[in-house]
Amino acid sequence: MDLRRPAGLLFSILGVLVLSMGLLSPERARLTDANVNLWSGAVILGFGLILTFLGYRRHS
Amino acid sequence: MQLAAVDYLILAIYFGFVLGIGFAVRRRIRSSADFLTSSHSMPTWIASLAFLAANLGAQEVIGMCASGAKYGIMTAHFYWIGAVPAMIFVGVLMMPFYYGSRARSVPEYLKLRFDEKTRGLNAISFAAMTVFSSGISMYALGLLFQLILGWSFTASVLLSAAIVLIYTMTGGLTSAIYNEVLQFFLIVLGFAPLAILAVVRAGGWAGVSARVPDVMTHTWKYAGDASQNPMGVEWFSLVFGLGFVLSFGYWCTDFLVVQRAMAAQSMSAARRTPVLAAFPKMVMPFIVIVPGIAALAMTSMDLGYSLPVKGNSYDYDQAMTTLMAQFYPSGMLGIGLTALMASFMSGMAGNVTAFNTVFTYDIYQAYIRKGASDAHYLSVGRWTTVWGIGLSVATAYLAQQFNNIMDFLQLVFGFVNAPLFATFLLGMFWRRATGHGAFTGLLSGTGAAALTHGLTMAEGKGAWLANLNEFPSTMAQNFWIAIFAWSSCFVVTIAVSLATKPKPAAELENLVYGLTVLPDESGWRWYQKPAPLGLVVLAAAALLNVLFW
Repeated sequence: MDLRRPAGLLFSILGVLVLSMGLLSPERARLTDANVNLWSGAVILGFGLILTFLGYRRHS
Repeated sequence: MQLAAVDYLILAIYFGFVLGIGFAVRRRIRSSADFLTSSHSMPTWIASLAFLAANLGAQEVIGMCASGAKYGIMTAHFYWIGAVPAMIFVGVLMMPFYYGSRARSVPEYLKLRFDEKTRGLNAISFAAMTVFSSGISMYALGLLFQLILGWSFTASVLLSAAIVLIYTMTGGLTSAIYNEVLQFFLIVLGFAPLAILAVVRAGGWAGVSARVPDVMTHTWKYAGDASQNPMGVEWFSLVFGLGFVLSFGYWCTDFLVVQRAMAAQSMSAARRTPVLAAFPKMVMPFIVIVPGIAALAMTSMDLGYSLPVKGNSYDYDQAMTTLMAQFYPSGMLGIGLTALMASFMSGMAGNVTAFNTVFTYDIYQAYIRKGASDAHYLSVGRWTTVWGIGLSVATAYLAQQFNNIMDFLQLVFGFVNAPLFATFLLGMFWRRATGHGAFTGLLSGTGAAALTHGLTMAEGKGAWLANLNEFPSTMAQNFWIAIFAWSSCFVVTIAVSLATKPKPAAELENLVYGLTVLPDESGWRWYQKPAPLGLVVLAAAALLNVLFW
């Protein structure tokens, strides 16, 4: 098992969830005006996609 | 703190993956070695991240943030002069003997190098200690989740214990290591945004520095005199007690972390494991300590944020979770909490898998039933997971009932651990060291630790024999206890070794420096060799010390 595959999948799913919260929900945290979900979600999704790419690249 | 449905969903997805990895790995487990040692199969990057994550328990994360708020950036000494040099040392200089000896555990190395009694002493105290510390961290997690989420203590303890039980019982060390890698990623992704948000809100590092006392943003400037800094320690005990004795003792001899490197797929991978792990270790202070300092800075601003108060001081242990509640909306909050849960589980699974291996190979196979079939030891290993976790849960409840017994046990384990590094140092680099020397050295080190505690006082603790010296803080007392324990073990081991019969050189092959063939590194690139790689890491750590002087 190449660990990057399941890890990539996990972080892609979590990233999509958090990112869509950022896009759809107007909720902001008390101490910041930044759209924390949008930015963090994008980073998590990006990380998940990179792991997925690395995990499948070598074998194809 | 209020959780929304999406936060629970994130936690559930994570649990699903963790269990899934356990079941996916299950098919590969055919022997007790597969289950207990991963049969030397881990790629370097996986072993490295697991090496880090096994130590990165929830108490570490919460505790480091708390220390950041309490002591400032001086807390980073635990990383920059503590962990990092020790990790280089174990990788470059000690791993050839651990890995080369083909021992399956650290106590087994002691048996090969010294004798049965030294192994027995180490195996039994280590086994007791791991069960105890995983129980203590379970207790801490139960309390935390009760406090911030209102979950029942029993529910969070049993749920997390059950999940760790399932994935370690099915997939053994391999599954624990794989999950530790996921947990490490989650910890970084879950906590790093918090550090950034908190520092930005407090006006950047310059803003933080301007709002907290000067001593909170310098690592060395106030370390000349114990009365000048909030840790109450001076540079000598910092360098020798923390940097040398305690950190080397932990990172170089504690089977919990060493086991991860020993699972690597080759000798060179095993040597690079701790060295490569030192890179991320070095930047962890920015993720776990700096938010605590920022929390202190924000307390002095007019933001409506303050560190929670308990009695007449701050409740530092709540720094991390209150920041999370204030900076994370539902969604990221789920990630943050899952990261907290993950850090707890990685610490616990680390303890459980190390306990398994030591119990099965160094206690059961050595003293209870020798020479049984491998299938028998595999099944003992699996069942040890069950009752080991059972004991941890019992310890968690014991901790809830009798807090002072736990403090006492923690103190005793500290005494047992403090001298360990002297034994390994002499064992690996001085071929004349003998089993009798090592054994009496360890006992005398533990005795010296207890005696130092009995004769000195700090924050109202210790001095149960006489009060000869008063330390400004328990931290200073702990560092000095370690220094005396190490020195006493070092001297006594040498003295007794010289008076007893040495092991013949033939029995020491691959166990001691000078009698071990080191791998031929010619033709390797510099970044494949542990020593040059280690120098790069050390240079980077030195730079951090200077930047935050």
